[in-house]
Amino acid sequence: MSQERVIIVGGGLAGLAAAVRIAEDGVPVDLFSMVPVKRSHSVCAQGGINACNEVARQQGYSEYQHFDETLYGGDYLADQNPVLEMTNWAPKIIDLLDRMGVPFNRTPEQNRDLRLFGGSLFKRTHFAGATTGQQLLYALDEQTRRFEAEGRITKHEFWEFLWPVTVGEGEDKRCVGITAQDMRTMQIRSFRGGAVVMATGGCGLIFGKSTNSVICTGGAASRCYQDGAWYANGEMIQVHPTAIPGADKLRLMSESARGEGGRVWVPRKKGDTRKATDIPEPERLYFLEEKYPDYGNLVPRDIASREIFDICVNQGMGVSGQNQVYLDLSHMDPDYLTRKLGGILEIYEKFVGDDPRHTPMRIFPGVHYSMGGMWTTYTPGSYEPRARHGVHNPGDAAPVDTEVGRGMELGAHNNMMTNISGLYAFGEVNFAFHGATRLGANALLSCIFDGLFSGVSVANYVRDGAPKSDPTSELDQGVFDRVTAQEQSKMERLLASGVGDSDPTDPTHNPYAIGHELGVEMTAASTVVKTGPRLEQCLTKLDELTERYQGVRLSDGSMWTNQTLSYARAVGDMLILARVIAQGGLLRKESRGSHYRTDYPDRDDPNFMKTTIGRFNPDGTCSIEFKPVRADLVEARARTYGGSSKSKKSEPRQETVATS
Amino acid sequence: MAIAYAHESTADQRRANRTRAVEGRTVLCRVRRCDGPGKAGRWESFKVPVEPGMNVIACLKHIAQNPVTVDGNTTTPVVYDAGCLEEVCGACTMLINGMARQSCSCLIDEYAPLEGDTITLEPMTKFPVIRDLWVDRARLFQSLTRVKAWVPIDGTYALGAGPKESPEVQQDRYDMSECMSCGCCLEACPQFTIEPDEASWDTSFIGAHAISQARLFNGHATGKELKNDRLDELMNPGGVSECGNAQNCVKVCPKGVPLTESIATIGRQVTIRSFTRFFSGK
Ligand SMILES: Cc1cc2nc3c(=O)[nH]c(=O)nc-3n(C[C@H](O)[C@H](O)[C@H](O)COP(=O)(O)OP(=O)(O)OC[C@H]3O[C@@H](n4cnc5c(N)ncnc54)[C@H](O)[C@@H]3O)c2cc1C
Ligand code: SF4
Ligand code: SF4
Ligand code: FES
Repeated sequence: MSQERVIIVGGGLAGLAAAVRIAEDGVPVDLFSMVPVKRSHSVCAQGGINACNEVARQQGYSEYQHFDETLYGGDYLADQNPVLEMTNWAPKIIDLLDRMGVPFNRTPEQNRDLRLFGGSLFKRTHFAGATTGQQLLYALDEQTRRFEAEGRITKHEFWEFLWPVTVGEGEDKRCVGITAQDMRTMQIRSFRGGAVVMATGGCGLIFGKSTNSVICTGGAASRCYQDGAWYANGEMIQVHPTAIPGADKLRLMSESARGEGGRVWVPRKKGDTRKATDIPEPERLYFLEEKYPDYGNLVPRDIASREIFDICVNQGMGVSGQNQVYLDLSHMDPDYLTRKLGGILEIYEKFVGDDPRHTPMRIFPGVHYSMGGMWTTYTPGSYEPRARHGVHNPGDAAPVDTEVGRGMELGAHNNMMTNISGLYAFGEVNFAFHGATRLGANALLSCIFDGLFSGVSVANYVRDGAPKSDPTSELDQGVFDRVTAQEQSKMERLLASGVGDSDPTDPTHNPYAIGHELGVEMTAASTVVKTGPRLEQCLTKLDELTERYQGVRLSDGSMWTNQTLSYARAVGDMLILARVIAQGGLLRKESRGSHYRTDYPDRDDPNFMKTTIGRFNPDGTCSIEFKPVRADLVEARARTYGGSSKSKKSEPRQETVATS
Repeated sequence: MAIAYAHESTADQRRANRTRAVEGRTVLCRVRRCDGPGKAGRWESFKVPVEPGMNVIACLKHIAQNPVTVDGNTTTPVVYDAGCLEEVCGACTMLINGMARQSCSCLIDEYAPLEGDTITLEPMTKFPVIRDLWVDRARLFQSLTRVKAWVPIDGTYALGAGPKESPEVQQDRYDMSECMSCGCCLEACPQFTIEPDEASWDTSFIGAHAISQARLFNGHATGKELKNDRLDELMNPGGVSECGNAQNCVKVCPKGVPLTESIATIGRQVTIRSFTRFFSGK
């Protein structure tokens, strides 16, 4: 009997952390990725990674408070136990990354430097220059390469995951491998694995242009969902207020630009064609300053996003009639700007070509992160709360023991396992940690935590769980061939769809055009501001696009390195996932975190402090169910960042610190 | 000032181009196509309407949706490699007007400011073409294995913090650690030649990026445990002595990795290592 292997799909921070931990435990790993793992989307993260640290601790901060902030930020939509365990582990994770050689910024005394980030009064964000995500990813990439050299990890780069291989039905359903395609040779084949870890990242491309990388389609998650995995809180999509619109993608503009005095405006005259610098002061509409005289341009992130969105989309007042407003620094001293904001102004200049010191920047909110993802479960740890705990004040002793093992039980087989046994979800594709919004610099943490902590669970499951009593290596080959054949015929159908026999630029059945329209529709209906009727309309549009997709025509019929095929296939899966996102938004009749419904502007805990669970029906529709959140550690408070006059003073002003 | 189209255009010239860019114009994208390894190459040109702030990737996306050449022939979308679109993953490297650089950070206004200007896209020449602009850079990663570009930690269990480090050392290591494995330095290097046969990768010139990674890890308190292994590898055929000091690499690196400094430092470390090896017989 050959040894059971673990399959990991995705080589971002979550996938690599899992690969290293599982390989270290002596279980061989097959690692699949559409790109060389070192080029995964995690490289984009700039800001940093959160963890309690000694300085903050001596000022009264603790892992418990990090836990509390994460729940509060997420508007209490996350199950509390996994969040507690994650924040308990955070300091250890930083230490480990430090040992791996991550060049964290240092103080003169050679300690790790810290910065202030949104959602906390304490400095708890560790960073490595302006490319923290890149530096963390490289450290894990290096450890992965080390195990690869020792033969413990086998990489399959430029392989695209197509479908999970499962046996059994309902509760007994079990994942025993995957089917994948070599993106160069186009060969499709199945691989056996005692367990499969999905670490495939976010789904920003469903919204067309986002801050995500080009492969973040959500296609992999959608395929698992179509095979029976549940998809949770899909409607929770984080939008960053100040992204730089580009013809190809949206790039982050740090909020420190507003913190340093940036003013947001549009021309008062709709469709004004003059250059920004030619428009005199009285003819500019500083809409944030007018509407929020107290906070002005420094209103919280979600409000800023909503107002900019409203001005452009609802009122049609965007600059040049497009979805963009000015973020203006040109009234300030250029030398001061260079000193304070040099790095980020260079990014703007590099990609837009204008110098923000002299020309107002053009920005618009951009889809940034998906809190929703594949549904996962866990085994709670040993902590049994005697009483509920309310607000935790800085300096108070933590009411919950901040010991590892309190939130979740280390090594339990089901930690971060989906409803299909043997199928796990780690990283951004896992819904578990961020509730209804994510705090800046918590994503990198959750990715690495998943890999390191629940990686142990995967190794244990493969050694002692179903793969031990019923090894996948002994399963009938037919189980695997069936899925290979399914994917083979799906590909052949797409390729035979009439390449070349119609006008390739006709948008009706053009996959790129369908993908583009999907993005435009989802961004308009299902991001910053939502309403019931608009979401209904969106679902109708999805019907139309799905109908058109049935007749999709590829402009490339090649059987060698066919990127059009890969994209067209993903568009089909994106349409299906888009429905979960829109339908979840429609049924969640409240406002919570990033989900804002003008027709239901308040949070409604009795009805909706619940996880949205989407299940796929064979006819392509989605059934949604709401399942209560496990929240017995901390009592839900109102999320009022700066909302009431009382809390204004004590809450950190998120905008004045770097966030991303 | 004349318009600079050539690959040696300076940053100032590119900025000047930007200011004279004509709105509502089209650009002619001349693309080197190739259907696969061993297939003959060909040129195809596409007329692409330029939007403000458009980059090369946006042109390729436009072509994907409208795959019709200037001659009116229907063709296939151009195959290319891309990821972050923020010049941080290294994927989208190609030759633009003859020079290796990232296509995602290449603004059309800087290279083709006037109506009908041409921009030429070709695959890198030092790596085998997979299809069109997409090349196989596996060798670039393999060279990282050759120099054991990692810190040999004891494992992922909680064992406390890593070694302390001064801000100066951190800054030096950070500068090297920003290398995104894009391959520009290899494309520009006269000593680095295309090597399709994997069997000879271990003995072919390793390239500036890997030499710099060796220096990065030799400079880390735990990483230096493998210093001798790295230097031994760099003494072998394909090692640092094959660098001819042309310094092309450092001029083209988009991340400003101090490559010539790294080559000099590793050269010195190798010399010392070979003396010790000679005298100790190890
Ligand atoms: C611009 C930007 C800045 C950010 N800054 C921060 C920050 O400062 N702090 C913070 O905490 N978070 C930040 N985030 C969020 C954070 O970067 C991401 O959430 C995180 O990196 C996701 O990591 P991951 O491992 O889940 O997936 P990814 O890094 O996205 O990797 C996904 C992997 O899956 C593979 N894959 C996908 N589909 C398939 C398939 N079908 N077949 C095979 N392989 C597949 C890909 O090849 C890739 O290897 C930022 C995000 C963005 C966009
Ligand atoms: S200095 Fe060495 S590595 Fe750099 S280009 Fe010249 S020969 Fe190549
Ligand atoms: S050293 Fe510079 S040019 Fe060479 S691969 Fe790294 S980033 Fe690219
Ligand atoms: S796409 Fe990542 S560097 Fe250009």
